[in-house]
Amino acid sequence: MTSTAPAPPAPASLEDLTRGLWRENPVLVQMLGLCPTLAVTNAVANGIAMGLATTFVLLGSSLMVASLRRFIPNEVRITSYVLIIATFVTIADFVLEALVPGIHKQLGAFIALIVVNCIILGRAEAFASRVTVRRAALDAIGMGAGFTAILLLMSATREVLGSGALLGHPLFGPGFEPWVIMVLPPGGFLTLGILLLLLAWRAKRRSLGGRSR
Amino acid sequence: MTESHPHGMTVGAASPARTPSGRLLVTLGLAGALAGGLIVSVYQATLPRIEAHRAALVEAAVREVLKNPTRWDTLYLEPNGLTRKLPAGADPARAERVFWGYDGRDRPVGAAIVAGQPGFADVVTLMFGLDPASGTVLGMKVLGSKETPGLGDRIERDTAFTSQFPGALTPLLGVKTRVGRDPSQVAVITGATISSRTVIRIINQATARWRPLLQRYGERGSP
Amino acid sequence: MSDLIWILVSALLVNNFTLTLFLGLCPFFGVTSKIATAVRLGLANVFVLLLTALCAWFLNRFVLGAAPYLRLISFIVVIASVVQVVEMAIKKWSPALFRALGIYLPLITTNCAILGLAIFQTNRGYGFWQGMAFALGAGFGLTLALVLMASIRERLEVADVPAVARGTAIVLIIAACLSLAFMGFAGLGTAT
Repeated sequence: MTSTAPAPPAPASLEDLTRGLWRENPVLVQMLGLCPTLAVTNAVANGIAMGLATTFVLLGSSLMVASLRRFIPNEVRITSYVLIIATFVTIADFVLEALVPGIHKQLGAFIALIVVNCIILGRAEAFASRVTVRRAALDAIGMGAGFTAILLLMSATREVLGSGALLGHPLFGPGFEPWVIMVLPPGGFLTLGILLLLLAWRAKRRSLGGRSR
Repeated sequence: MTESHPHGMTVGAASPARTPSGRLLVTLGLAGALAGGLIVSVYQATLPRIEAHRAALVEAAVREVLKNPTRWDTLYLEPNGLTRKLPAGADPARAERVFWGYDGRDRPVGAAIVAGQPGFADVVTLMFGLDPASGTVLGMKVLGSKETPGLGDRIERDTAFTSQFPGALTPLLGVKTRVGRDPSQVAVITGATISSRTVIRIINQATARWRPLLQRYGERGSP
Repeated sequence: MSDLIWILVSALLVNNFTLTLFLGLCPFFGVTSKIATAVRLGLANVFVLLLTALCAWFLNRFVLGAAPYLRLISFIVVIASVVQVVEMAIKKWSPALFRALGIYLPLITTNCAILGLAIFQTNRGYGFWQGMAFALGAGFGLTLALVLMASIRERLEVADVPAVARGTAIVLIIAACLSLAFMGFAGLGTAT
């Protein structure tokens, strides 16, 4: 495959940083990275750890891809990107196990699965391989932050409703009967579905409100 | 990188010149070597902490299920039976093992055994202490489970359930409510019967498997 | 033997790869508008999963003992190559099938189910036959989830879905119901 995109405008801007937070949010808009979003959001600690780990891998690989973009031949670019990403994921895996072994156990195989998180390969192919190191870094931080924000939102909802706790601290008295299903797989699907529903509803109201003016 | 003169390889070129396979291989080879080097260094740097933590987990579990032994030996399972030393060339990572504990007066207290079986959701793994002479359970600790939070996971948290195991006599019998003073009866958790019975089944099956081996070891020592 | 059967049934129903373990979601949301495509993609996945289990077992047994830290890299490289080879083989021997599967094949590489299978298989220490049973169960479980979702979505085309829910939102809510239903399989295969 040849890269046919025209050269993007050169200077780095705030836009690179904020794009990933809302307008092109990797989960809500691009619908990427759904597997970890649903799987590790049963507790806030897990969600934050996964978000940070993914941001680390995203930043590291974007930096490396952007710095090496002139040296990587076109034919082997995807393989090279995957190799780079897999290296950072392996590093993240070891560091997490050394620093926070409890959370590492909870996240389990999903740390290694960051490798196939479409956000990372997608950004490397669509953006980092075509721009300067500085822009790639800003974009990576923005996308990572956007991803972590969604993980935080979902895990907070699921943990409060499903365990009656936040970061492991019980919020309600002992009489509270938690909605256990929220920390189980169906709860993950339901939370994201309702989140998308609310966003669509809000968008619809805004467009209706705009028209009636 | 080795060659730095451009081969017409600029990003965004409409039809890049075909890079010679030699250059492709060199790039991939270098990338692979760089990646490998980076991984190995991080691995070496984090290995001490990771190993220390894993050892600490095992140690804590053994202490709990053998009721604080003074020391313990690791016994490996060989075709001849249990032995303290693996024969030369055998891979310790692959050998099955139990931990044989001693008290302050160097008398054996029993063995700590790790075993697992499918439970309600996924495999339940636990460690339990066994006195092979009498067949009594010394202690039980759930190491890993994916049982339903709030229901099945009570096999870990419910002290009324877990406190039944020290002193219980194998083969264990799961019952709804205990009657009389039969030491082999274990009351299952209401609402988590399958998870409870899984724990009982794990202990019974592991005991049936390891007890003869442990008794033989106890009699003759390490071959 | 019952051990193998439990592994297969567990991967197929109790711990379904898509509805319980959250693997293989990209095709689940993207490619399930028609039952026929769902079946084809599912079966392609079964084939790739079996090959992956084989390669993972081989790598774990003979190659990675000395260098466990290279596990992830070798897995991902092997998987990418296997899918590439499978794609070329299908293109050569069954052009009709290649046309039918179209763009789905490259999707399989980044499908977390494939790498997920290799990792779970490693973590649980499965031997050769256990790995095969696991891959078979996982593949058919994936196919089952895909076909169920596709069947529902075909009906959904003519149903009166509220405008705000159309698209991924309703698919997610349906997936929640499917996942809930599959929870009913819990405990299957445990002797009491």
